[in-house]
Amino acid sequence: MTHPSQVQLTADGRLKHFLTTEGLSRELLTEILDTADSFISTQERAVKKVPLLRGKTVVNLFFENSTRTRSTFELAAKRLSADILNLDIARSATSKGETLMDTLWNLEAMYSDMFVVRHADSGAAHFIAEQVTPGVAIINAGDGRHAHPTQAMLDMLTIRRHKQQIEGQVVAIVGDILHSRVARSQIHALNTLGAAEVRVIGPATLLPRDIEALGAKAYYRMEDGLKDCDVVIMLRLQKERMQNALLPSESEFFKLYGLTEQKLALAKPDAIVMHPGPINRGVEIESAVADGEQSVILNQVSYGIAVRMAVMAMAMSGQQTEENAQ
Amino acid sequence: MSSFVIRQARLIDPSQQRDEITDIRIAGGKIDAIGADLSGSNSIDASGLWLTPGFIDLGGHLAEPGYTQKGSIASETKAASRSGFTHVCALPDSKPVADSAAVIQLIREKAEQAGSAEVLPLGALTQGLEGEQLANMFSLSEAGCVAMSNARQPIKDSYVLRRLLEYAATYDLPVFLTANDAALAAGGCMHEGPVSTRLGLAGIPETAETAALAQIILLAEQVPVRLHISQISCARSIAMLRNARSRGHDITADVPLANLLYTQDTVHGYNSQFHVQPPLRSEDDRQALLAAVAAGELAISSNHRPHEIAAKKAPFADAEAGLSMYDYFLPLAMSLLGEQLDISALVRSLTQLPAQVLGRQANLALGSAANLVLIDPQQSLTARRSELLSRGGNISCRGEVLTGQATAVMRNGHWIYQAD
Repeated sequence: MTHPSQVQLTADGRLKHFLTTEGLSRELLTEILDTADSFISTQERAVKKVPLLRGKTVVNLFFENSTRTRSTFELAAKRLSADILNLDIARSATSKGETLMDTLWNLEAMYSDMFVVRHADSGAAHFIAEQVTPGVAIINAGDGRHAHPTQAMLDMLTIRRHKQQIEGQVVAIVGDILHSRVARSQIHALNTLGAAEVRVIGPATLLPRDIEALGAKAYYRMEDGLKDCDVVIMLRLQKERMQNALLPSESEFFKLYGLTEQKLALAKPDAIVMHPGPINRGVEIESAVADGEQSVILNQVSYGIAVRMAVMAMAMSGQQTEENAQ
Repeated sequence: MSSFVIRQARLIDPSQQRDEITDIRIAGGKIDAIGADLSGSNSIDASGLWLTPGFIDLGGHLAEPGYTQKGSIASETKAASRSGFTHVCALPDSKPVADSAAVIQLIREKAEQAGSAEVLPLGALTQGLEGEQLANMFSLSEAGCVAMSNARQPIKDSYVLRRLLEYAATYDLPVFLTANDAALAAGGCMHEGPVSTRLGLAGIPETAETAALAQIILLAEQVPVRLHISQISCARSIAMLRNARSRGHDITADVPLANLLYTQDTVHGYNSQFHVQPPLRSEDDRQALLAAVAAGELAISSNHRPHEIAAKKAPFADAEAGLSMYDYFLPLAMSLLGEQLDISALVRSLTQLPAQVLGRQANLALGSAANLVLIDPQQSLTARRSELLSRGGNISCRGEVLTGQATAVMRNGHWIYQAD
């Protein structure tokens, strides 16, 4: 198998799948952001549809439930004029003996043009991209702990629109980095786009081993990690972490890592606060901050549709270029 | 009595400190003479070839009984003989588990019918390999088991571990243990380190092996048991074993060939072939394991585990663990020869050391059983699934050009493998 970052590119370096932000060039990531920017203006119009994916069939293939992410992909596909089919395949379907390969072969018989895939296994989107018929684009909507590249790109868009540029920003990502595909995708995108420093903050139990190898500096205390930050990204804390001896309690986590106005004061005065949602108020962030002036959390949601439109349009166009070349 | 002479081979037998070009004569299934210009009723010219004792594998999965979609005793022992193995220890995690004399008898009969590498069954240490109740070790030994093992299944707790060591020691039965703390390894599918972090795969920390090994060593030091540690993967484990030996505890160990060849870096790109147990660790670990083989401290085992193609066609964590090693074991092992490892140390790790673990002989001394391998060190071939003798298509080296082939393998005076 080849490296994920190569599988997602055509021979001339254009996007044909979107599996990970890792290994993509600064130009390509910037092109995604620019394209998304252009779609934001179309969304402000009364007629929001553009015909880029007219006649194409997009299948939302969700092996893990996620109403929010699935809905934004559905809206994005519709605004690109594609036909969309939602398939919620609970994990139980595959445990009944049907393998992921069986599922794929069945779906291919429907002649779809794009799969938007969410799966609990790291590497699942990459696996599917290597197995599907040529011409079918795969968009990773989250694979295990590995990557959630559209979420990361909408976060990049949020930073760029509020801070004008990503270059030079000091960004801290706080909380459960170990289980976070969002954090991994953010770290790669931030480094490629020229962030001055990427920090991760959390207890040792929630920071993955050798995280520095990914290009993030580890901090264990908010007092150290938030100092002089331009951007603070809070991650959602899953309740099951308490059962797995990773944390003693939500209250102790909030005491140490919960973002309060007091802690936020350590960052730069114009720092922005982000969260991929859904928020656990009082666990990772207090309401005063989540709803405060520095919070850009609600803006993030509306940019999500534009970013997903951008990568869907770019990947479909990459597939067509490759098909024409052959 | 008919006799057979192999002429002018380079005889490499570390146990006899031999490395010379000579003739060797086989008669009555034994080494009958060694020296220049021997006469016999038949002979072959083996100039340019290497001649070594037959290899002994301390642990492979033969897939039978129970997993015939993956392989059979006939197919897997044939594949083993292709790489020079005359004897293979079959791990007990078949279905049913090798915890009864009936299963052992079945395995031995199938192996005998196949007429290839001889199978030396490992009996289950605990019933059903469940780690709780001791298996009928003495009866299993009587049925032909050469040692007791729990494969990679966990022993329930330190109490059971202590008692099974004591029980096995009572009857002088060798015990093979893997050092694997099930709680620390839980959910993991590769080495915990920079690659697992990058790929978002759950890691198996080094301490899953070393913490378990420390416990095993401390318990075993209180019991006069013949203990062998199967499938070690960490540099730290070598130091711990060395330390135990320096205190007078003769604990042996083996390393799977894959852990000498590959590291965590092979997993980049989610290549599910490299989902193996124990996991492939860091380059430092690999180098330390190689050095220990060179120093004669570790035997090399195959950890052969054949799978049907579908078992690996899944996202990395969901793919079944294991590599099909037998077909290309010999050239892959020979690819390690170089500055650190010489041919004598490699042969020792495949013959003398595993033989000592089992209390057997593996040599080309006068009067010894004629178990031997003729190797063409120059011959190359391309690794192809279509040419496998094993039923397991899950090889690590597909499409690679590999150098070094067994041209013929003899067990007890009979050829069990001859290359085309």
